[in-house]
Formats: sequence, structure tokens, C-alpha cells
Amino acid sequence: MDARRAPRTVSDPKVRKVGFFTAPPDRSLSGPPDHRIFSFLTSPPPVVDNSSPSAGNSLSPVMIPPPRHSSANLSPLRRDSAEYFPPSASPTSPASFSDDVAAAAMGRGAVAASSSLPGGLGFDIAALKSAASSVPASGLTTVSVVNNFPIGISEKGGGVAVEMQNDQSTRSKSLKEKTTKAERRALQEAQRAAKAAAKAEGVAASEKKGGDRPQEKDRKKEVPQPRMQYDDKSRVEKAKRRAVVKQTEARNRVELFRHLPQYERGTQLPELESKLFELDPMHPAVYKVGLQYLSGDICGGNARCIAMLQAFQEAIKDYSTPPEKTLARDLTAKIGSYVSFLIECRPLSISMGNAIRFLKNRIAKLPLSLSEMEAKTNLHSDIDRFINEKIILADKVIVKHAVTKISDGDVLLTYGSSSAVEMVLLHAHELGKQFRVVVVDSRPKLEGQLLLRRLVGKGINCTYTHINAISYIMHEVTRVFLGASSVLSNGTVYSRVGTACVAMVAHSFHVPVLVCCEAYKFHERVQLDSICSNELGDPDVISQVRGREDINFLDGSSNSAILQLLNLIYDATPSDYVSMIITDYGMVPPTSVPVIVREYRREHLWI
Amino acid sequence: MPDTLQNPNPQNNISAYYQTRAAHHAVVTSDWLAQAQAAVAREPDGAPDTSVPPVAGKPFSVIDEFNSWRKQPDLAEAVAAIRALAAVIRNCQATTMMELEIELKKASDSLKLWDATSISLTAGCDLFMRYVTRTSALEYEDFNSAKSRLIERAEKFGEISCKARRIIAMLSQDFIFDGCTIMVHGFSRVVLEVLKTAAQSKKLFRVFCTEGRPDRTGLRLSNELAKLDVPVKLLIDSAVAYTMDDVDMVFVGADGVVESGGIINMMGTYQMALVAHSMNKPVYVAAESYKFARLYPLDQKDMAPALRPIDFGVPIPSKVEVETSARDYTPPQYLTLLFTDLGVLTPSVVSDELIQLYL
Repeated sequence: MDARRAPRTVSDPKVRKVGFFTAPPDRSLSGPPDHRIFSFLTSPPPVVDNSSPSAGNSLSPVMIPPPRHSSANLSPLRRDSAEYFPPSASPTSPASFSDDVAAAAMGRGAVAASSSLPGGLGFDIAALKSAASSVPASGLTTVSVVNNFPIGISEKGGGVAVEMQNDQSTRSKSLKEKTTKAERRALQEAQRAAKAAAKAEGVAASEKKGGDRPQEKDRKKEVPQPRMQYDDKSRVEKAKRRAVVKQTEARNRVELFRHLPQYERGTQLPELESKLFELDPMHPAVYKVGLQYLSGDICGGNARCIAMLQAFQEAIKDYSTPPEKTLARDLTAKIGSYVSFLIECRPLSISMGNAIRFLKNRIAKLPLSLSEMEAKTNLHSDIDRFINEKIILADKVIVKHAVTKISDGDVLLTYGSSSAVEMVLLHAHELGKQFRVVVVDSRPKLEGQLLLRRLVGKGINCTYTHINAISYIMHEVTRVFLGASSVLSNGTVYSRVGTACVAMVAHSFHVPVLVCCEAYKFHERVQLDSICSNELGDPDVISQVRGREDINFLDGSSNSAILQLLNLIYDATPSDYVSMIITDYGMVPPTSVPVIVREYRREHLWI
Repeated sequence: MPDTLQNPNPQNNISAYYQTRAAHHAVVTSDWLAQAQAAVAREPDGAPDTSVPPVAGKPFSVIDEFNSWRKQPDLAEAVAAIRALAAVIRNCQATTMMELEIELKKASDSLKLWDATSISLTAGCDLFMRYVTRTSALEYEDFNSAKSRLIERAEKFGEISCKARRIIAMLSQDFIFDGCTIMVHGFSRVVLEVLKTAAQSKKLFRVFCTEGRPDRTGLRLSNELAKLDVPVKLLIDSAVAYTMDDVDMVFVGADGVVESGGIINMMGTYQMALVAHSMNKPVYVAAESYKFARLYPLDQKDMAPALRPIDFGVPIPSKVEVETSARDYTPPQYLTLLFTDLGVLTPSVVSDELIQLYL
């Protein structure tokens, strides 16, 4: 939620320390460079070393910090600059002490070292940065860097002192968020200077920078890659050359959706079938799954994800490391190639994307000492565990929570065919609750008919209608249960096209909308509309009605220049229309999705 | 009394929570007396002394402890429960951590049973259990030091809960400006503390106080405010919309804060919040953090019912049904801010806090 949260230690999970935290800053490393800087400007340096750790957290966690007035802090310090009170004597303002010292130093720097020293100071800052960068990436690295920059930017003077003080007084793990634009610019300039200095300095500095780079890379890796935009001609050409499946792009495309891929249907399947035994790099299980996606045999977020993971399990089982290569890198590359193939068959759903990230993460985390057999069995069991915990058991928990919201006499509405919702309805029926279901369906997929068949088979009282009658039937409905392909970070529900319509109509009738979604499908992306990221289906399906061959008015429309058919697969429902999201972490409001993504993504969502 | 007997409501789950609130009020009505008698008769059933810890013959009973804490009228029930549970830990004879936890759970269950409709009691007990037992140090230390650690955390939790009102009062001072008009509903000790503090710091404001039928708790609140020399205007509940134009902000307490960020409070709060929202007046809720409950009502009927018979003063024919629910649910979109001892929060933060604590 915000950056002032304390690091998660054992104590006090409930009382949040407002503005104070206990991370003992590791000042020892930045000590010597500080000496250098400070010796330019002031007298004794060691105070910086001793100040913070001892006087860490003397305030009780519940106390609200007194308002910080910069003038109050700066002025007594200017007076006492010559003496340094021992750390123990200032228990009430532990955090401000080091601020004050640095501020004093900076203040004096502003006075004394203004124009003559930037070059020299820049050099020191470079050395400092390379020293600081070998400190493990904790909040401290930025602290020490920010600490010293104001000295370089001598023009800023008092203003920066105040900001810096405020930064340090609200010490947070990621100070980067608190730095102002000016400070960030300064940071960049200093980094550029550091790079130049590093080159001048030679090997030592560059080694240290090298140590810094993997951390940044890791951080970058965690940010998901932006999707490829298909209206960029050169990238499309490049992708085509690398493609396994030869596809022809559809010619008559809607202008607004040119950034999404669309291919001529009916051309891929025969070609792929003919190549079944030729495609050497592709594992047959993956190939099979790809074909199933293409033909639409496997449909639905969970089903696709499980099929893909099981295909990967097979592939890993049959995998053997080629000589001269490491298992981790080669296997990751292979999985990458399988994934590109699957993307060409059908663009990935968000659940599949998350599962692939999990798998690559596990491969990367394999200890190097493992033998190939052990590594493969490890991965196999990891995938099994993922499927079991994140999908199967998660569904059980969701069902358990959701049935508490169904009472006798309810009329439940559902749209399309969601596996989670189906399980909820069947379980509620087993528990003996008296309710009836309205199944809303829509062309061209008509997925609701499958759900209808299964529900009626179990003896549930059902009504079936199409989405154009939604406002007609909504007044009878007491609850709406929807499934989701994913829930995004701003609470937007990304689901089958038509879901947004159902949710909005329900909202206007004051019917609560409950979305059932497993937590592994959550994504940190934010999407404001249904256009920027979507999937385009086969447009010809719109113009044809199965069983009604006489409706052929639009045959041959693909050649018409003025008519374009659009078949969207997904849409985005804003969070205002959703009352509650039922996940395996319990029932949460849509605003809590980023909390779950943040708190548990690293630890639990993936592992 | 004939008029109460005429009330045709077949269910007899008179919410003890709302009865005891009347006990703290100077307003004594005929039906209150009847209920008090009923409650006294009921208590031995509702508070099973089967919560006797494994060692037989020990006189310590968590319910007794609870009752003794509750005697202080200013102490919230949940805080009394928390103190009682802390006493359980102190006096327990268990020798292993598992035994201690089981005993604690039993005590907590019996306390919750005492009044099944009180949300803050349930929430307080649950939060206490989570807070106290959620320390990984329990696995490493030997039993006695772990026990003392637990006692320490329990005491701390008790203290935080006790001090919660002071903290909330301090936090809300910035929101009360000179010359403002505040509308309050029901008798919330937290809101009273807020207003008391504001009055003591010489702020000039006036208060519109609703009557709060059927408890008529508003009368008690207006008494208290008059003692503080705060100008008070008493309204009947139906006059809320009429006077909302002159009001600058609405201040309510909460019986429980639910996961969606909404609150469950005395009947009439939802109404007031709706009117305030449609007239763009902020609605502030003052609630201690131990009231955060893991409930998620979707609408008014989705909660455990808490009924309270209403005394209309005239006999009601038996054919006429009476709506006796004592509380309603205000959804989060009508609330502006929550003042808690964790700080000034927006309603969406409640789930944030609960996720952190429970998962």
C-alpha cells in the first residue's frame, strides 16, 4: 500500500509502526567515504557510524511521531556543530540525529564547497557509489547514496536538507519513492559520473558495478515483459521469421485492434498436422497441447494452464542436457521455445503466463549441485505441487467460502462457463441449499450450454437465456457469480467478453456481484479498458450461425473494404461493479488484490 | 409487562449486547427491566462454566474474570474479554504450549458464546488469539519463557486496546474545526471521548444528536455533552435529512468493522450515511482496531441477526409484525474515513490489515 511499512519481523504484526522502523542501518561500509567527504567540510566523522544503530527504535510503536519541523532541527544543530552529543543522549530523536549531522555537513558544504568542488565531489561520489553498491540491496544503499548527493548539489542548499530530512525521518525500505524529481536527476547524473569514473578507475570499480548489475537485472526480470504490439511492422517480420507455425495474417482488420494478432483461421491446423512428425525441436506433448488450443478443444483458464503444465512435465521428463550446457539455462531456453509455439497457436492467458513465470523461477532456483535426474524430479514435483495447491485446493477453498454466501431461496445468476462457479453451485446443491440458477449465455461460443447441461444433470433448477435479455431477468436475481480469467492490480476483472455487461446491469439493480478467482491468476498489471490488451477470435464465426445455413447474408464479407468483423474474447470489468472477490485467501474487496499480489507473490503465489 | 409480551416476535434471541448497553445507561424503561431479569436468568445457561481448565477443582473461571472487568462502565466489552483472556494465560496450569493454546481457545469460545451477536467481542477474541500466538519465537524458547512472552504480548494488546480511545481522540482533533456542526448517532464511548477532548481543548462546535430509538441512547449522549458545555441539539431520528444541510460532518462509532471496510452499527447509521453521502457531507467512523472482524456482509440481511424488542408505549396487535433488528450495515462507499488506533484509514485499508494479520 505505501512505503512506510516496517520490515516484517516477529513482533507486533498488528500494530503498524507509523514512521519508525527497526532496520539497523549498516553504516560501517559508508563510513570511510563519509570520512573523506566530511573531512572536506567538517570535523569528526565517526558520529555517523554510532548514531543510528543504538538509537534505533526507542519510541513505542504506537506513538504518533510529533510533527517534524525542519527549522527546529536545523537550528540547534548549527549551534552545536562543534560538539557531538553521544548517541545515548538523544533518545528522542534517533532518526533525526544522523539527519542533522548530514544536514549540518551539507549545510556547511553549501556554504564552503559550492562551486569549486563539484568535480572532486563527483569523483568521491563515484567511489562512494561503487563502495555502496556492494552493500546488498537493502533500503540502505539508497540511503547512503541520497545522503551524500545533496553535498554535490550545493545549489539546493537548505531545501534539499529539509527534503532529505523528511526522507530520512520517514525511513522506508524503498527510499527511491520518496526522492523528489530533482534528487532523482541528481542520482542519474551522479551515476553517469560514476560510470565515467569507473571507466577511469579501471577494473576494481567495474567489478563492483558488475556485482550491482545482477540485482538490477533480477528486479527487471520480476517486472513482466510488455506484450508485443502487432502493428509494428518490423517486429512482426522478425517474429514471423522465428515462428514455428506459418500463419497468414488476416487482411481485413479493425483499425482499433491492429496491435493484436489476428490470423486467417483454417490455415494453421492442416499445416501443423502435416508437420506432426517433422517438428524435431518440439516435444510431442507440447505439440499436442498446442493443437488442442488451436482447435478450441481446451478452453478456460484453469484447463489450459493445467494442460500446458502437464505437457511441460512430459517434456522435462524426456529432457536430457546436451553436453557443454547447463541444465538451468538450456531448459529455460527450451521452455521458452515451447512457449513461443503455444503463443502462435493461441495467445497465452494470464494464468498460463503466471504458471510459466513460476516454472522459470523454479528452474532458475535449482541448486547447481543437483544431478540431472534429481533436478528433473524436483521440477516434476514442483509442477505437481503448483497444480495441486494453486488450482485444485484453491478451488476447494473458494467453494467453501462461496457457499456461505448462498442461502435458501436465492436466485443465482452466472455467465458463460466458469469452472470455479460450477463447483460452487454443485457443492451448494449437495449441501441441500434450495436455490435456482439463471445461466446467461452469448454467441458465438455459447459456452453456457455446457454448464447448463451439467447443472441440469445434477438436478439443479435452471433458467437459460442470452445476454440480450439480461436486464429483463435481472430483477429476479439475488446474487451474481462470475468467473475470471484474471484480476488485475486495480481490481479490474479481466474475463470473458460479456462479463462486464452482466456486472454493470447487476450493479444498477443493486445485486451483489461475486467473482470467484484463484489467487495465482492475479496479475500486477493495470488495465483501464478492454482495448489495450485483448485477444481476437475468428471473425467468421460471427457471421455464421450453426444449424441455420440460411443466414448467409455476410458471406464473402471478408473481402469488403468497408465491413470489418470483430470477435473479442475478453473484456475488463471495472472494480466498482464488483462487490467481492472470493479467492483462496478468503473473501476480499477488489481493492485488496494488490495487497495479495504484493505480500504473497514472491513467497506464496509462486512457491 | 403486558406491552412487551404483546410483541409477537417468536424468536427469543434478545441480544445481550444491546441489553448491557442499556445497563450502562441511566435510562431505565419498563422493558429494560424485564429484559434485565430475563438476562440474569439466562446467563448461567449462556455462560457455561464448562470452560473449567483441565486441572479440576480450580476456581478460576474466565467468565468470572470477564464479568469483573466489565463492571467498569467505561471499559468496552471486547477489552474486558481481552483482559480476561490475558488472565487465562497467566493463571493457566498447562505445561506445554499446545495445552496452553487449547485452553486459550476454550476460554475464547466460551467468552464468545456469552453473547453470540456481539461482533466486537468475537473480533476482539479472535484478534487476541492471532496476535498473541503469532510469534515464531514460541517454537524456540522453552515453555516458561514462551509463556512469559505470551503474557507480555497479551498485556501489550490489552494496553493498546485500552489506550485506543485516547489515540483515536487525538487523531480526530485535526478534523474538528472551530464553528463546525457535528452530527452523531447513538451512544459511542469513542465518539464521546473525541468530543470531550475537542471540548477540553477549547474548540467551538455544536452537536446534533439523534434520539436513537429504541434504545434512546441519544438522550444519554446529550446529557454527557451538556455536562461538557457543548451546545447540543436533540433530533428525532426522522429529522436527519431535514437538518443535514446545516451539518459539516457526521461522526459515528462502530460495533464492528467488516472486511469490505463497511461498518456494522446501531440501526439508523446506514440511513444517516446515505443522506450524508447524497448531500456530500463526510462520514467519519471512530473505531478501535480490535473491532476489525472477518465478516463480509453483502447486504443488510447477510449478517447474524441481533434483535431487540421495541417498546412502543402502546399495545401492538399481534397481527402486526415489528422489525426488531438492532443494527444495520453501512457499505464502505458511504464512509469517508475511519479513525482507528492504527491511524486515520480509508475503508479499503481494513482488508489490508486483516490480510496481514490472518494470513
